Amino acid sequence: MKPLLGILVVILGFAFKVNPVLVVAVAAVVTGWAAGLPVVKLLAVIGSAFLKNRFLLLFVLTLPVIGLLERHGLKEEVQGRVARLKAATAGRLLLLYLLLRQVASALGLTSLCGHPQTVRPLLAPMVEAAAQRSRGPLQPATLERLRALAAATDNVGLFFGEDIFVAFGGVLLVQSFFRDQNIPLEPFQIALWGIPTAVAAFLIHGFRLWRLDRKLADPKEMP
Amino acid sequence: MIRLQFIYLFAGVFLAWGAVAALRRARWTSGLFWGLLAVAFLAGEKLNPAALGGLVLVLAVLAALGLGSAKPREPEATRLGGALLVPALLIPALTLVGVLGLKNVSFAGRALLEPANATLVSLGLACAGALVAALAITRRGPVEAATEGSRLLDAIGWAALLPLLLATLGSVFSACGVGQAVATLVRSVVPMDSRLVAVLAYGLGMALLTAIMGNAFAAFPVMTAGVALPLLVKVHGAHPAVVGAIGMLTGYCGTLLTPMAANFNIVPAALLELKDPNGVIKAQVPTALCLLCVNLALMYFLAFL
Repeated sequence: MKPLLGILVVILGFAFKVNPVLVVAVAAVVTGWAAGLPVVKLLAVIGSAFLKNRFLLLFVLTLPVIGLLERHGLKEEVQGRVARLKAATAGRLLLLYLLLRQVASALGLTSLCGHPQTVRPLLAPMVEAAAQRSRGPLQPATLERLRALAAATDNVGLFFGEDIFVAFGGVLLVQSFFRDQNIPLEPFQIALWGIPTAVAAFLIHGFRLWRLDRKLADPKEMP
Repeated sequence: MIRLQFIYLFAGVFLAWGAVAALRRARWTSGLFWGLLAVAFLAGEKLNPAALGGLVLVLAVLAALGLGSAKPREPEATRLGGALLVPALLIPALTLVGVLGLKNVSFAGRALLEPANATLVSLGLACAGALVAALAITRRGPVEAATEGSRLLDAIGWAALLPLLLATLGSVFSACGVGQAVATLVRSVVPMDSRLVAVLAYGLGMALLTAIMGNAFAAFPVMTAGVALPLLVKVHGAHPAVVGAIGMLTGYCGTLLTPMAANFNIVPAALLELKDPNGVIKAQVPTALCLLCVNLALMYFLAFL
């Protein structure tokens, strides 16, 4: 059970709210030490994994564009437009985004939207403006909840859309796993069985978004 | 051919500018942090893997020392109107053009975009195109764009590094056999002679291991080889396509619940400047738990048809 020491470090670190970056680095070192990996070998595993996964940081490329536009009033522009649309409520905007995100991901277009490129500059300001138009000024805590829900909606749409796309990495991973076990499957079959969950995800999250407008109408629920 | 390498250099230059901007404001820890990260982007392949590993650990220590962050600036009063929306919408639009339109274009017998990484290269090029449009519309120079961008980078701070470090931890886990240990533990604790218990053990195991590793792709081979294949498929005769597809999606419910999936849960919280770093996870809890139950039911009823 020695390899599990690293997991213990992760759980304790998060429980005691130590800086997550430090927790993860310590967990990697502890795991390597517990497994008896030589120091140079461990550093090399860390270094090569870092090199292979650098693409996770490419979102920083959106920041100069978004930063420059926000400095010149992008957020205010988006909010001004939404405030003029009577039909646009916070719940309906999020519901529409959920649908678009899920359909686009199911077609393999996962990088079309995302937190840096669409949620921060467009979706979150729209939802805030729509909520404030119907309710007047909102408490900072409520605005924060709305922004968090916008980010959550992006995740749900992405996760439960991408698995329907036959060339998606997750589908191919399932296929190659079973192929290695001498169980041949078609990617199409695997994608097909992802559909019931995708529908359920839309219904469950969509129901929460539909109820959001009613919650927003009640100052006791969302001050 | 436009390679992913080129996009990494582009990101490295921006990170280096972030370092310069921090150093100019006498914020030494931040400057060193972004500077070392820029080195990893600009010269990562040329470094010895162990040296790069050491650099990663130094980055983690710097992040833990506290990077601090720059104060946000109020937007300028000039109104540029709807034109501002154009560059923002160009990022997704140009990515789409790259992915659908340029993926199969070749030039003198060589692909225009590196085939294995066409999506990431498209995203990088889309950002460059949108930047040109943004500079034209706001009539500012690239230096000002880099400076505004580095302000946002500062606001995100250490959270930017977390997804990369977690992917690294995943590699260390698999190099040290952590997954197998978890699968053995699950099998030794849970009695597997009933279908329902086997479905629950696999589904909940997927969600839990995904929450621990922060990644369903890392948990899938471990739990499926350890629990689903020997019990659900071989003993109880479940259909592998159903078990695989729904098993993976059950893991995704775990992804919605964990700070370990930092690029989906922690980075957005920083990006949206939420006070609570777990705000996004809290917003996902009701959806994730309902969907987890639905997935377990779907697997139980569909896998044995």
